[in-house]
Amino acid sequence: MSIWVDENSKILIQGITGKQGTFHGTRMIEYDTNVVGGVTPGKGGQKLNFSGKEITVYDSMQEAILETGANVSVIYVPARFASAAIVEAANAFQENGGGLIVCITEGIPILDMVTAVANVRKCPDVRLIGPNCPGIITPRENGGCKVGIMPGFIHARGRIGIVSKSGTLTYEAVAQTMSVGEGQSTCVGIGGDPVNGTGFIDCLQAFENDNQTEAIVLIGEIGGTAEEEAAEWASKNMSKPIVGFVAGSTAPPGKRMGHAGAIISGGKGTAEEKFAAFERAGIYVARDPSEIGNVLIKALEDAGIK
Amino acid sequence: MGMNIHEYQAKAIFNESGVKVVKGIHCTNVDEALNAYDELNTDIVAVKSQIHAGGRGKGVLYDPITNDLIMEGGVKIAFSKEEVGRYASSIIGKKLVTKQTGKEGKIVNNLYIESGCNISHEYYLAILIDREAKSVLVMGSTEGGVDIEEVAEKTPEAIHKIWADPLEGLGSEDVTMFAESLGLEGESKHEMIEMVNALYGMFLERDCSMIEINPLVKSESGEIIALDGKVSFDDNADFRHPWRNNLRDLTEEEEVEIRANNYGLSYVKLDGNIGCLVNGAGLAMASMDVIKLYGSEPANFLDIGGGATRESITAAFEIILEDKNVEGILVNIFGGIIQCDMVANSVIEASKEIGLDVPLVVRFSGTNHVEGTEILNKSDLNVHTATTLAEGAEKIVNLTRRGN
Repeated sequence: MSIWVDENSKILIQGITGKQGTFHGTRMIEYDTNVVGGVTPGKGGQKLNFSGKEITVYDSMQEAILETGANVSVIYVPARFASAAIVEAANAFQENGGGLIVCITEGIPILDMVTAVANVRKCPDVRLIGPNCPGIITPRENGGCKVGIMPGFIHARGRIGIVSKSGTLTYEAVAQTMSVGEGQSTCVGIGGDPVNGTGFIDCLQAFENDNQTEAIVLIGEIGGTAEEEAAEWASKNMSKPIVGFVAGSTAPPGKRMGHAGAIISGGKGTAEEKFAAFERAGIYVARDPSEIGNVLIKALEDAGIK
Repeated sequence: MGMNIHEYQAKAIFNESGVKVVKGIHCTNVDEALNAYDELNTDIVAVKSQIHAGGRGKGVLYDPITNDLIMEGGVKIAFSKEEVGRYASSIIGKKLVTKQTGKEGKIVNNLYIESGCNISHEYYLAILIDREAKSVLVMGSTEGGVDIEEVAEKTPEAIHKIWADPLEGLGSEDVTMFAESLGLEGESKHEMIEMVNALYGMFLERDCSMIEINPLVKSESGEIIALDGKVSFDDNADFRHPWRNNLRDLTEEEEVEIRANNYGLSYVKLDGNIGCLVNGAGLAMASMDVIKLYGSEPANFLDIGGGATRESITAAFEIILEDKNVEGILVNIFGGIIQCDMVANSVIEASKEIGLDVPLVVRFSGTNHVEGTEILNKSDLNVHTATTLAEGAEKIVNLTRRGN
């Protein structure tokens, strides 16, 4: 299997006629991703040619889903329109059998995301990944399903699930699995924004239930308490081994977290706290991202699945 | 997180948003302060230093050149015009050091002269985004005027919280309960309810990332008044708030960080000796961490972003090298959208243009990393290459040690 996306996923690109949508849409198709159409309000009816494949543009998500049967959408629209695009996609998917929304856009106002996430929560058959993330990819033998901006060629099909808050650091984790001869089941970038959709725990749960995934690499970073919560949850609910890294041990305090923000987390949010939570939960810790591969081998050996 | 403004600016917005404040006047010199005293026409006034950092009341003012102590306390109560003059001249142009400014302190260029207020009780109130709950949180305490972090640690039960529903807003019953949990009744309770609703409205309308009032006071006549105000805004929403530009105080911002921003770079200066140039925030932090693991300290955080160009990479080198502590540079690129060969050419050009004279280690991975490494190896630039982050960090740490 894999989680959430595979070769059967039918993908729409919101913001397909923009620079980002065109550039990354083309890369997605080159990776053999099943892109079935695009949406740009006011540009419906246009036909685009991406790497030899004809793509139809629709005016709305509702119309695009009805015409194509799509169940995944990737959003490349500018920040000021992105939350509206999320809500439109969520409502359209909910009415038509459900779907996955992957929002790549960076720089969305945080209150827009608070509202957008609340709207997505009202749609039980819809999942949001992101925003401000590289997306999600399920590699197959040749290409696979790439919904986002990650470089496809660094991946290979395998049994390691990867979940990360970061972009390029996720690629680093992918390269680490490859360096020890392991491929990936699915890699999910959940994004670095304070308010987002899918979190670590959702991903861990899905990896636990996925028969292709045998071990997980989890990449966190300073701020908030998502890593601590994921670690605690994992200690009770995960049978598969997890390797964890947290970026930001040397980051100065207070630079990214507001003064009052430190209060709700009760002094939590530092890398040390998160590493400690990992260790308490029995997660294999890599202190150096270049060590993720070796730590993963150790985890697989301990589990008797090397 | 986000742009900060001064107390006097926050209070002007409070006033517009229906949040009760006492009358005050913004001044930039002693004469204005004296006139403000006359204009306020009250016996007692507060003379308040305006800097973005907190802890002003307990701060200490020094002469910026001689470092002689001038006065203790950056917020003073004056009982006469003479006192206003004396305090104002001890504050304006002087260096204020508080718990939050660090030793270097901040030069005070702005003053706020505010009418006195008879306080019967001090509270704490804050509105912020609760990232775990994914909603707006209103937080209050009866322990105002003191360090709220201490309250949170020692007596968390003294802190009361309510969350807004993102789609429905603040529940009126929740707000009433909140006011009651602070021990308020009658007209004061009613005023607190109005204050919370007004602040929540302001938070949404202005795209704030935080509003903090410490202290919020109940006056002897029972009025609820914002006696302080700290407001910061969500930078991502700048596009819908052009008025923010007028509130910016560039002397409060790191000039080099603004300059970096203009090139699409995200830069934070640190205290170490190894400069870093990286694509992606997570990888940039991880690069700093690994430098530390190999025994040195990072000189900066620098994310060149996904849209980096030759021009922005040159600017990044210049910014890193402005820091005289930098003894070597580690470039760590995992090519995704960014292509390593483009970065290689940019690195060569930038080094020539600025006459790079410290050791340089470049680690490429991802898109066109083979081509990029080849370009560097063929160039006459004195550059060391590495295939992993650990190897790159180890090399730059060793190279800079040799020089010592």
